[in-house]
Amino acid sequence: MTEETVLERLSVVFRQVLDQPDLVIRPETTALDVDGWDSMSHVMLVVEIEQQFKKRFKSREIADWKSVGDMIASILRP
Amino acid sequence: MRLQHFPVDFNQLRRLASEGAGAVSGKPETRIAILGDAATQFLRQAILNHGTLAGIRFAAFEADFNQIERQVYDPGSDLYAFDPQYVVLAWTTRKARLGFYKLEAAQQAVWHSDFLGQVRDMCQLIGERSKAKILLFNLEDLDDGVYGNFAARTPQSFTYQARMFNAGWMRVCAELPSVYPIDIAAMQARIGLAASYQSNIYVSTELVHSLDFTVSIAKAVVDVVGSLEGRFHKCLILDLDNTLWGGVIGDDGVERIELGGAGVGKAFKEFQAWIQQLQRRGIILAVCSKNNEDVAKQPFLHHPDMVLRLEDIAVFVANWENKADNIRHIQEILNIGFDSMVFFDDNPVERQLIKEQLPDVAVPDLPEDPAQYLEALQGLGLFETSSVSATDAQRTHQYQQEAERHKLSQRFTNLDEFLASLQMKAFTRPFQAFDIPRVAQLSQRSNQFNLRTVRYTEADIARLAASERHHTLAFDLADKFGGHGLIAVVILEEMDATQLFIDTWFMSCRVLKRGMEDYVLSELVAHARQMGKQRLIGEYLPTAKNGMVAEHYPGLGFRAEGGKWVLDLAGFQAKEFFIEKTTQEQ
Repeated sequence: MTEETVLERLSVVFRQVLDQPDLVIRPETTALDVDGWDSMSHVMLVVEIEQQFKKRFKSREIADWKSVGDMIASILRP
Repeated sequence: MRLQHFPVDFNQLRRLASEGAGAVSGKPETRIAILGDAATQFLRQAILNHGTLAGIRFAAFEADFNQIERQVYDPGSDLYAFDPQYVVLAWTTRKARLGFYKLEAAQQAVWHSDFLGQVRDMCQLIGERSKAKILLFNLEDLDDGVYGNFAARTPQSFTYQARMFNAGWMRVCAELPSVYPIDIAAMQARIGLAASYQSNIYVSTELVHSLDFTVSIAKAVVDVVGSLEGRFHKCLILDLDNTLWGGVIGDDGVERIELGGAGVGKAFKEFQAWIQQLQRRGIILAVCSKNNEDVAKQPFLHHPDMVLRLEDIAVFVANWENKADNIRHIQEILNIGFDSMVFFDDNPVERQLIKEQLPDVAVPDLPEDPAQYLEALQGLGLFETSSVSATDAQRTHQYQQEAERHKLSQRFTNLDEFLASLQMKAFTRPFQAFDIPRVAQLSQRSNQFNLRTVRYTEADIARLAASERHHTLAFDLADKFGGHGLIAVVILEEMDATQLFIDTWFMSCRVLKRGMEDYVLSELVAHARQMGKQRLIGEYLPTAKNGMVAEHYPGLGFRAEGGKWVLDLAGFQAKEFFIEKTTQEQ
């Protein structure tokens, strides 16, 4: 998987979970940039991303996520 | 809208609820307060969403977490200002356990009774200060491994205390009015630790349950609220082939369908055993099968491993009509709402038809593998209830009678055709020793179809059976539905060389309008002729209850003579009846 395909699939998850069909995210996007990306939807994002990418993230990884780019890095980590 | 009966995850639930939001927008609000010892915002959201799917528009009050006591004990709290109709008391094992660990061993050993005392107090206070019904959680049974297996005999272990709490929780629910159990432990056991808890989420948030588990808990809460508001399932409609047994009865026959034994037949048998328990609890069973009716009934009558019997089935519909029409027919007979019906069918096409045509009927998907039927269906909360009464279990019989009546009027324009279809067989004999108690009992009880209402004791009956001057006849009737047992009794008395007097004739009302009178009369005539008699004499003695047989004798061709009824045997021609004579018990 390339960073790009991950971003693409991640966008789908974000749009669904946040219920914003036109949402555009980039690696540098943070929670502050997106309406509705709060602590509650963050949990939903984590759960949904884990399901979609069939990964279980480590607690510390999740705590360290500051941006979409951090998420992509976690997803791509073997 | 109706209660949803398929598993969904948190996001699916949210989407379904936002699609269905319009349907509940005009409804009055149902106020529900959620008090938890951990974060409850996901639980709250899931309850709101499940409510939407169930047609309940909730307004939710949520206290900051770990405020349970304050909200309950303070009479001026936001909880009471909210005036809740339902209060959810949602404690969690993980939070409770952290508190437990801080205690001294002596306190740990009595933890459950302290906690239960507090729970009881809180429930009583809520009851005094509001009209709310309380939905009370128990504790997940999570062994902390501190004492290993020995925990079960170690009162200061958390495992021991949590289980004792759960036992006490059942008593609290049973003893306090308006307290209803939410069995978290059972739900957790069903989905397991891996699915009910997500450690990486827990450490970064206050969520002690996975989102999936939160959805299950919310559904249980909404199901229980629904049952308290009168929305629950009363009737289970069953397909037959590949639902109750493996294979197709019409092709395979009773000998070759898969039922009982090892392999998939075992799964079907155990599935039936579960369904029978539902029936005994008061769930009405109906059959809706594409089959010829007589073929469909074969396993019920003749398969040794069949757990369900015909008497368990209130309405049996087997024909080649479409199932939506047949379920409408069942609904008419039972006179209950479609939203109180559940339909089990292995065939996805039939399920789809019902989902489309009768959207209020709950149609859970059955797994392809029959071995999975039980686990799939037991966890869906299809049979939530908020009360159980002894009379529930007796309903089947009443509905069966109703179904019979409907059948008669609907399916057979021609009564003879109907009677012939019953395949009735009667077994006639003079009273035998085994008849005597039953005949005496019927003689005491039979009021309506009783021509002279002479009451006989067991001793009387024994004497009559042995008497030279009397001739006794007991009749058993069986039909394709099974045996009815002893249903008619006649006692004849010799008056003189040519005449027999019908001293007693009573019958069970269950077999009215089946031609049994004609059959009995033909037996009496045959008996009298054999004895060389020429006349049968009958008498009707009216009582407050036997008006239904006032015209019994004239109806059978007797003529009035001196206050009695007389039948001359010489010209007697029996009416046509559809009962076959047998020489043995059926």
